[in-house]
Amino acid sequence: MSKMHVKMTVNGKEIEALAEPRTLLIHFLRENQKLTGPHIGCDTGHCGACTIDLDGKSIKSCMTFVGQVAGKSVTTIEGIANPDGTLHALQEAFREHHGLQCGFCTPGMITRAHSLLQENPDPTDEEIRYGISGNLCRCTGYQNIVKAIRAAAQMLNVQEAAE
Amino acid sequence: MIPGSFDYHRPQSVSEATAMLADLGEDALIVAGGHSLIPMMKLRMALPEHLIDIQDIADIKSISISGRDVAIGAMVTQADLINSAELQAICPILRETSLQIADPQIRNLGTIGGNVANGDPGNDLPALMQTLDASYILVSNSGTREVKARDFYEAAYFTERSETEILTAIHFTAPPAGHGFSYMKQKRKIGDYATAAAAVIIALKDGTVESASIGLTNVSDTPLYAEQASRLLIGSRLDDATIKSAVEAAKTITDPAEDGRGPKEFRVHLTGVMVERAIRQAIKTAT
Repeated sequence: MSKMHVKMTVNGKEIEALAEPRTLLIHFLRENQKLTGPHIGCDTGHCGACTIDLDGKSIKSCMTFVGQVAGKSVTTIEGIANPDGTLHALQEAFREHHGLQCGFCTPGMITRAHSLLQENPDPTDEEIRYGISGNLCRCTGYQNIVKAIRAAAQMLNVQEAAE
Repeated sequence: MIPGSFDYHRPQSVSEATAMLADLGEDALIVAGGHSLIPMMKLRMALPEHLIDIQDIADIKSISISGRDVAIGAMVTQADLINSAELQAICPILRETSLQIADPQIRNLGTIGGNVANGDPGNDLPALMQTLDASYILVSNSGTREVKARDFYEAAYFTERSETEILTAIHFTAPPAGHGFSYMKQKRKIGDYATAAAAVIIALKDGTVESASIGLTNVSDTPLYAEQASRLLIGSRLDDATIKSAVEAAKTITDPAEDGRGPKEFRVHLTGVMVERAIRQAIKTAT
């Protein structure tokens, strides 16, 4: 049961580390990589607070072992902002539309929404609600989260049309 | 929750994986997407000493269709099932059902092989595979065998698969073009297992049922193929009396657990509601 050598890309950077095979990805990210953006909420795969992006797809990092993602590319909330350090349209829209209260679900919510808008750049409200159905928020009742994601989608689509 | 310690393996081929299973025996478990196994490991209800991850095995990751014959590799995810236009064209109930499994993140990793092999009566795909009369391909060091989904499930988490076998693929013949279909699932919230669910596939000719198949999810300790109910529909014109008799026949084979999803009587009743709605929806989708 010795430690294993893992290599992966985290937020664009190649990393190498030693980890016990039983290490869950969320623990690896938080404790080994010191990326505390992804949160541990329910620890049972229901709440989505630990959502990260794996090779372009949203997954729950509390339900995945570190060895399973060896060789792949992981993006956490820390990797969502623009390269110049300004906030991503989604982060801006969550702030603008009050898409959070306590903020605990927000990293998972934004990371999931980020992937959702790549799958579907112009979602309806229903598609947004369905798209974030694996992320629970106990504060806001989702209205402002949906509003924020819709606003971000519009902002990104305008930006893209201008480019 | 921290699982027990284990050694992690990533074989590159089915033969390498079956050799490991033969060697390690009951100390080893296969992991595909891990979304049934890892929660069990976190609760220490599963304590494998070796975890064999089959994600690198290239030839169990694809969907291949030839005529109406469909072969789906065990590592195909529920998201892949949803996104396959080819599958949607020939057998749309797979997409309809997969969209009702868990949530988007889970479907990105959860696989068809894991869903059907695990033996959890709450999983949605086993009853659908029984409805489609699918077969599972089981491979071990000593050879390959094919077991019908209708014969595979023995009790909750007990299946026909032995510890040294890997379920590598699922084969079935898609129902005739123009068939009607529906998967109706009642659940307490998104991501939940069914309180009761029913899969219905029917083929009509001039308004008369030529073939019919009904499967039930999470209303017994195994998925159920409702043989008698299916047979009652065949040859009928789906009048109200026939539908009612099929609904009653389906209800008689259920034996749901009492849990947070409700008392037994409620879940039996709900099975009937799901079967009736699925039949009526299948009639609407048939062409």
